Amino acid sequence: MKKSIWSMCGICTVRCPIRVEVEDNTVTWLEGNQHILKGALCAKGSAGPALVADKERPQQPLIRKGGRGAGRWEAVSWEFALDYVADKLKTIIEHHGPEAIMASSRGGPFHDVVKAFTHALGSPNYTDHDSACGRNVHHASLSLFGLGRKGFIYDIKNAKHLVLFGRNILSSLRPAEVNQVMDMLDKGGKLTYVDVRQTLTGIKATNFFQVRPGTDYALALALIHEIIKAEGYDADFVEHYTSGFDELAYFVENYSAEWAAKECGIKAKDIHELVDQLIGDRPKVIFHPGWMLSRYNDSFYASRALNCLNALMGNIEVEGGLVFAKGAGDCGGKGPRSLTELSPKPAAKRADGVGEVYKQFEKGTGLFHLFYQAMATAKPYPIKGIICVRHDPFSCFPDPQAQKEALDNCDLIVSVDTHYSEFGWYADVILPESTYLERDSMIALQKGMKPRMIMRNKVIEPQADTLDLYSIIKGLATRLGLDQYFPHSTMQELWGWQLEPTGFSLTDFEKKGFVEYADKPVMYDRDKLEGKFKTPSGKIEIISQKLTEWGFPSWKPYESPAKPPKGKYRLVFGRSPLHAHSQTINNPLLNEMMPENTLWINTREAGKMGVAEGDFVDVISGDVTSVITAKLTDFIHPEAVYTVHGFGRQIPLQTRAYHAGMSDQKLMKGQLQNMDPVGGGLNLCETFVTVRKSSKNHQRKVEL
Amino acid sequence: MNTYTLYLNSKRCIGCHGCVVHCKANKNLPVGPILCEISHEPLKSVRGVPKTEFKFRSCYHCEDPFCVTICPTGAMKKREDGIVYVETAKCIGCMACAGACPWGIPQHNPETNKAVKCDYCMDRLDAGLQPACVTKCTTHALKLVSMQEV
Repeated sequence: MKKSIWSMCGICTVRCPIRVEVEDNTVTWLEGNQHILKGALCAKGSAGPALVADKERPQQPLIRKGGRGAGRWEAVSWEFALDYVADKLKTIIEHHGPEAIMASSRGGPFHDVVKAFTHALGSPNYTDHDSACGRNVHHASLSLFGLGRKGFIYDIKNAKHLVLFGRNILSSLRPAEVNQVMDMLDKGGKLTYVDVRQTLTGIKATNFFQVRPGTDYALALALIHEIIKAEGYDADFVEHYTSGFDELAYFVENYSAEWAAKECGIKAKDIHELVDQLIGDRPKVIFHPGWMLSRYNDSFYASRALNCLNALMGNIEVEGGLVFAKGAGDCGGKGPRSLTELSPKPAAKRADGVGEVYKQFEKGTGLFHLFYQAMATAKPYPIKGIICVRHDPFSCFPDPQAQKEALDNCDLIVSVDTHYSEFGWYADVILPESTYLERDSMIALQKGMKPRMIMRNKVIEPQADTLDLYSIIKGLATRLGLDQYFPHSTMQELWGWQLEPTGFSLTDFEKKGFVEYADKPVMYDRDKLEGKFKTPSGKIEIISQKLTEWGFPSWKPYESPAKPPKGKYRLVFGRSPLHAHSQTINNPLLNEMMPENTLWINTREAGKMGVAEGDFVDVISGDVTSVITAKLTDFIHPEAVYTVHGFGRQIPLQTRAYHAGMSDQKLMKGQLQNMDPVGGGLNLCETFVTVRKSSKNHQRKVEL
Repeated sequence: MNTYTLYLNSKRCIGCHGCVVHCKANKNLPVGPILCEISHEPLKSVRGVPKTEFKFRSCYHCEDPFCVTICPTGAMKKREDGIVYVETAKCIGCMACAGACPWGIPQHNPETNKAVKCDYCMDRLDAGLQPACVTKCTTHALKLVSMQEV
């Protein structure tokens, strides 16, 4: 019988609402939820069923037989695997205490189970991937607004001007957001795009600035300078809701358009023209503060400057600007319960030093890469067990070799994932999670202009011997005597418990697949925003009290980025709309569309090396050499070479992805702890690589 | 007379190739056959912005299709509304159709050993729905339009 089921995509972490048609436990149709996306879905979304059918993902629990990373596995039952992991965890707890165990999972609405489990064990050491993603943006936002990066919704569709610094918004592809950008452009809105190369986003731009790599902060400072000089900012808003404006005006005094033009390699006239446009379009101007801004030494300050420009535009809580993300409470409702309510937060100090050594970083998730130091040095105490849930640190953080050396101090490495990850391949145990089409997930609250509860329903029964995350965690908890923290035996029971305080029931999800707390966008009174900024002063702190307290400047004097040494290039990376980082490289349909990445090289630079389009080039960093196909373009800065992140995988069982293309993070030798000291983001674009024509471009091919 | 054509609003198209995969997923195609294409000219600087526009191509559903004439089993057909399609039961996978088509549109499905091509998702049209590529286009850039004689 044919069924239509509301659910949520999970091929990437955008988590689009979907509607799926199923017949005989097979997906026959899958589309974006009509009520939100009007059917729209990206290529990855349509490739979901191909992931389900793919035999090149773990089909049952696996326990390592040979050395770590040797790829010799024993297939075992779930009973055996969960017993095995629980026994190892018990031994670690006995010898080193529960805090010697750390866990990481994807951030977002479903981290609750893993965090609750970590706390139930008695360990404070829950973390996620964010130090390779949005930490700089998050901390920059906190220091200015007292609200994290998710504290605001960008009302792009109603904006007159969207300014993106390296935010390749159309390739990163959150479909609802992309449609807002296209709607804005259709209505005559302007798009300004700043990057070291031209992208799918930049080709739609009104203004395009190809800047020298690492100079984003310079351009942002110049915009502040010129807007202040022209008195083009919202003086009322600045007066009313910000503090430290005069210090900022003094700080940017020397950062003129002419100065930035020289620094960035662009024209001063174009900067002035942009400033005129911005002043004319204010307040409906959105400066995107960056999404994944773990890039340069000063990315934290670049993001801070971009958000400060939002404040100068006075675009807070206006249509076409930055709107406070509203929760259930803003609509007089209550949100769903979370499992972390049941497990008290352990008192032990975090092993990554966050909150102690590093007071400037938020404690909730800490910073993953700092745990490697704890593993290597046993300080402040040893980390002996690690569980990564749908997170592949080897694909995510620099220098997997350095990560392996730290991990060798661990007695237990567990990977819970739907596919083989590079980390999982090095693990002791792989616990295969059912794909998103085969599993239920917890109900989550999505804050927004119209807050809503969202949920993922299992649409088909698992095709392999896999389990959903809650069952895996509950299975471990039961074996460790931690039943009271996971008292619900089925997802239905768990959902019911989550929904109790909300006044809604599961049947309320039947109509649209989600439950909304409001019929129309909820807006605060813009004249009464007092108390909405959670900084110590309650204002937008252009000069942050907390940063001052911790001994960091609110504005760092600009330092020109290093030029690559002769024969070397700055390695930068990005996204394609066809892949979700490393997670989809082996997906049959997506691999068919994009089987490998290339190295973008500036045409003139390639000419100097004698490299032609399609040639193999060697890319060298330290003791790592990768071979990749060259793509020549005039539209990349000559100091940079670019590639799509996620490729160069080395898992033999993933036959399509195996050694296809090049991995950028493996070339980031010695960069694992190269962190922005204020923002906590890793400086992932601070690696210089040697590029040369490869000896793999054969001159002769003898066949006898 | 052809009733339909697929129109791409290239201003809205972001080149994500969603349509290609939506089509393949809907027709349950393995790796190999690809029934529509997104392409673009090399980037050119327009008032300081390197630009290009995307183009969409699938079967042209010719007025007088060579693929239909050449098909030895009568599997390749043209409906009254102009849709050129493969009646799978009759197809023997000889691929004469692909050879006869100036653009090589019909594709070989290695799993079924039959020809497969764009049929505007006529099963969906007949059920009052839109083709897969149109329904799920990431930015709603693709439209199925009815042609009118002028």
